Amino acid sequence: MNKYAPGDVRPHLTRDHCLHLMKQMTRIRRFEEKCAELYTQEKIRGFLHLYIGEEAVATGVTEALGPEDAVVATYREHGHALVRGVPADRIMAEMFGRIDGVCRGRGGSMHLFDVGRRFYGGNAIVGGGLPLAVGLALADKMQGRDRVTVCFFGEGAVAEGEFHESLNLAALWKLPVLFVCENNGYAMGTALDRSESETDIHAKAASYRLPAEVVDGMNVVEVEAAARRATGAIRAAEGPYFLECRTYRFRAHSMFDPQLYRSKDEVAAWEKKGPVVRFRDWMVAAGMAHEADLARIEEEVAAEVTAAVAFAEASEWESVNTMLEEVGALG
Amino acid sequence: MTEEVTYREAVGRTIRDAMKADDRVFIMGEDVARYGGTYAVTKGLAEEFGEDRVRDTPLSESAFTGAGIGAAIGGMRPIVEIMTVNFSLLALDQILNTAATFRHMSGGQVGVPLVIRIATGAGRQLAAQHSHSLENWYAHIPGLRVLAPATVQDAYAMLAPALQDPDPVIIFEHVMLYGRTEPLDTSSVADLRSAAVRRAGTDISLITYGGSLPKTLEAAEVLTEEGIGAEVLDLRVLRPLDNAAILETVSKTRRAVVVDEGWLTGSLAAEISARIMEGAFWELDAPVGRVCSAEIPIPYPKHLEDAALPQVDRIVAAAMAAMGR
Repeated sequence: MNKYAPGDVRPHLTRDHCLHLMKQMTRIRRFEEKCAELYTQEKIRGFLHLYIGEEAVATGVTEALGPEDAVVATYREHGHALVRGVPADRIMAEMFGRIDGVCRGRGGSMHLFDVGRRFYGGNAIVGGGLPLAVGLALADKMQGRDRVTVCFFGEGAVAEGEFHESLNLAALWKLPVLFVCENNGYAMGTALDRSESETDIHAKAASYRLPAEVVDGMNVVEVEAAARRATGAIRAAEGPYFLECRTYRFRAHSMFDPQLYRSKDEVAAWEKKGPVVRFRDWMVAAGMAHEADLARIEEEVAAEVTAAVAFAEASEWESVNTMLEEVGALG
Repeated sequence: MTEEVTYREAVGRTIRDAMKADDRVFIMGEDVARYGGTYAVTKGLAEEFGEDRVRDTPLSESAFTGAGIGAAIGGMRPIVEIMTVNFSLLALDQILNTAATFRHMSGGQVGVPLVIRIATGAGRQLAAQHSHSLENWYAHIPGLRVLAPATVQDAYAMLAPALQDPDPVIIFEHVMLYGRTEPLDTSSVADLRSAAVRRAGTDISLITYGGSLPKTLEAAEVLTEEGIGAEVLDLRVLRPLDNAAILETVSKTRRAVVVDEGWLTGSLAAEISARIMEGAFWELDAPVGRVCSAEIPIPYPKHLEDAALPQVDRIVAAAMAAMGR
């Protein structure tokens, strides 16, 4: 997935690379639009948290990772899994709760895991993934491996003790963790300034003595550039790095959310500067892409999503007889 | 070769031997390195293995326990020390929601081969935030293996197989056991499945674990003077419980008293009592008795702390009642 040499810390905005970024963001967008539709058809149940509006963050950050690096994500992680290379059909089957899902259908939307791609969830306790990422990085450091662990979390996690404990530990032990705060402005329905005395999250992070930047999370190129800078510094054994990516969730927190806490005007204003539309317009204006390129991407993505749904539909349920398998200390 | 050592020395020695045998093993926790461990278990280890593998942590139970989970997934074999079971509650999110859950929730992809050692129990007048016995909270959680070594031998021998387990193991060390001296054979291998009969008898089964074992054995001696032969079953493994051993001893003696330092309500003693009812109801000659801690936060003054905990006289009285005497 990473066609750059290790240590190459600047993005190269070739036509191919730009089309690749566009395709990755489009994959997330179309996949999740289909998920929302399938939710209303009751094919997908439980909680469904859509990433629509935030695609540039996962897409840009993932560009800076190699296959040996690890990813720890949250319950809003379909996009991260997709761009990490987890097959869309296995993700969709997981969301259907079917046996061919990445986790045999046991985890569902909030708990995608793919060990082969070093994708460690799918963690649905806010803040709970941060210590895990610290530990993965500790193992790498103790074993002398040149790897980075990326930990995605929302700005809501900043209120959790685990955020502070983990930043401190990672900085204290100089561990190779890239902390990526996806600041979409709302912890479920609670706006940032209603829950935090200091709303500049990167400033909080900096107090633990790790480099911390604020990034326009709606701009995929800016995110990728920052992530490359960050992973470059981490790989140079400088310790952890922190990116606050300012972004916005266009859809409800989950499918149960009536969105009483924000105005339609606010959502519309953010949608105008959405990561996909903005990048598309820039590519066309800069002569990087033609309408035919964009149409081809849409076609390829539509085919991928259609195939994923068909795969999920065709998959079986796990037998109740194997429900007790894969739990520790059975005997 | 058998020698006499303290429980504290046995735990320290087994950690040391594990670290010598496997480079992936390391220990982290509050004051394990420079201080030498709150209960002096890890004294000397930092000097021998360096502070990379004997790692002092900040007072961040959740983060360092979670870091242990991540390091275990990342190929290490961490031992996390939590100073006392009351503090472990700050790490309970990581233990339950991550360590115990990942293998099943990920469809078998992610195991967490982590060992967590937790000091537990009362008896040192440490009052209500350092003295509780919450083993049953952990024994309630699918995905964990929960051990309660009650002897010096088990304190030494249970760690090596715990580190071999592909899933999380919690080891509870009762604070009143650290100073006890007993024989140790370091070549003997422990299993992590079965309960052990520590004293044979035919009249009544006294079922216990951890710090209550010495008191229960003492009670059994007192009962001998009354002409009652008590069998003492040490559970050793609190999850999964050795159901067969429990039912076997009760089916033999037809009477049982469970001795458990946890609070009575919702205790392990309640679980064991229920299992006896389900599996050996028709074998019983008397209702199952329970000796647990009083349902209060453990108080500081010695006389109140003593009165709150299972003691030899209460165990004897419960056994006598079960015998109808």
